Amino acid sequence: MSGRTIRIGAGAGFSGDRIEPALELVEHGDLDFLAFECLAERTIALAQAARISDPDAGFDPLLEERMRMVLPAAHARGVRIVTNMGAANPASAARLVARIARDLGLAGVRVAAVSGDDVLDMVRGGDFPLIDRPGTSRDLGDTIVSANAYLGAAGIVAALDGGADVVVTGRVGDPALFLGPMIHSFGWGMDDWQRLGRGTVVGHLLECAGQVTGGYFADPGVKDVPDLARLGFPFADVAGDGSALLGKVAGSGGSLTVATCKEQLLYEILDPGAYLQADVTADFRTVRFKQTGPDRVAVSGGGGGAQPDTLKVSIGYRDGFSGEGQISYAGPGAVARGRLALDIVRERLRITGVPVADLRCELIGMDAIDRTGRGAGAEPREVRARVAGRAASRVAAERIGAEVEALYTNGPFGGGGVVTSVREVLAVASTLIDRSHIAPAVHYEVA
Amino acid sequence: MILRDVAHIRTGDKGDISQIAVIAYDEADFALLARQVTTDRVSAHFADLPVRSIRRYELPALGALNFVLEGALRGGVTRSLSLDAHGKTLGAQLLDLVIDRE
Repeated sequence: MSGRTIRIGAGAGFSGDRIEPALELVEHGDLDFLAFECLAERTIALAQAARISDPDAGFDPLLEERMRMVLPAAHARGVRIVTNMGAANPASAARLVARIARDLGLAGVRVAAVSGDDVLDMVRGGDFPLIDRPGTSRDLGDTIVSANAYLGAAGIVAALDGGADVVVTGRVGDPALFLGPMIHSFGWGMDDWQRLGRGTVVGHLLECAGQVTGGYFADPGVKDVPDLARLGFPFADVAGDGSALLGKVAGSGGSLTVATCKEQLLYEILDPGAYLQADVTADFRTVRFKQTGPDRVAVSGGGGGAQPDTLKVSIGYRDGFSGEGQISYAGPGAVARGRLALDIVRERLRITGVPVADLRCELIGMDAIDRTGRGAGAEPREVRARVAGRAASRVAAERIGAEVEALYTNGPFGGGGVVTSVREVLAVASTLIDRSHIAPAVHYEVA
Repeated sequence: MILRDVAHIRTGDKGDISQIAVIAYDEADFALLARQVTTDRVSAHFADLPVRSIRRYELPALGALNFVLEGALRGGVTRSLSLDAHGKTLGAQLLDLVIDRE
């Protein structure tokens, strides 16, 4: 690595992530940029549903809390922020960030909203083949609530080139939140596949924040990680050739090693030779890691090829309701009583004619998540019976939990701790849309 | 010995696909993993996991294998009724796969 480097930190790996590690990075990490990744596959559909009932809503619920915490320190140190917390409403989110900046006395803060990912009208008006199941978008009819394309980094680059201190986007590929600052800083060509591929490697390593610094890694006695309650989030010193040196704030919890980096590199990767992003088809096979010091890992290699001709589009749609009930049993015979409870609920739903589908009846502690079919060894001292199913109406879905609760007085001996729930299912299907039909747009709010 | 003695694992998801990365602690053990952690053995290990297909990608430079299990998440994270809709616990269940010393 030689020449100028930029330092990019990761302030969140999901919408509900811890907040104070981001402030630690801003105050003690000597950052140039801080990126917050907060938009899971389904989050934008939930946000769009919120926007339907309130035109000013539809962005991340923690946007205000995060910005109030980091903006003063970021402004004082010249740290520029990039985030997808705009979700289904980047324009409204940008207005809120500008208002918060004014409240905090930070006049002049420039906030950019990057839009263009919302292709709901295009999808509603067209007929696009689904890629993860048979059928087309038209089959989903009026259940569709959202359709968002995974944009690349171009909108973020334009916003940073335009002087934005804070960039708020909707749906972009997660690595683009990090690739944008690299392209802006180094002037990489948008057809420089090698550098875009390497930058995507670095972005992918950072996008889940604490998952590369020892989060989601600990296995006591085998893979120990210190001080996870004070896990430090990562930063990368990125060089103009796309190589990087990863680190975290001295004294923070967690650990950053070649092993934690390898786990994160391969996280959610299908073909490691062709990681499809809007900007590049990245190749992870030649990535190399080297521990250069305590909690410091150098990343080199990796590459890329031409970007795909299409952009992935996630379509959120209403898919009925799911209902669930759970009840616990303990002591000798707990497993047999749990199984009896499941049989009773199954039969009750049948004889009362409740229209439920895909009913799952399982014993937590025995076979609820184990997929090896070997079951538990010795009989456990406690089990939790769980019944979950799908229904077209909320009323029918509620019957599932109600039948579990009725086990208190009608079921086996010694059941306790019933919990029931019902939720509307917002499901996601995917399609591909020609990239020429989709372009980012940027507008600014100034505090 | 078991897989846990020589490798660590990270599990991810994408739609209806579960992905399990198996990473040798010592890159020199890559050949051992490549020989013994086959798609057939992984399929057999997950006897109760219905999958449409299972593919294995090799990453010798990282000492790792990447397994891609299509259809493992019962309609995908957003529709699944499973307690662990993301299938995040699947990889850990592979850690007791028996590995012969060579």
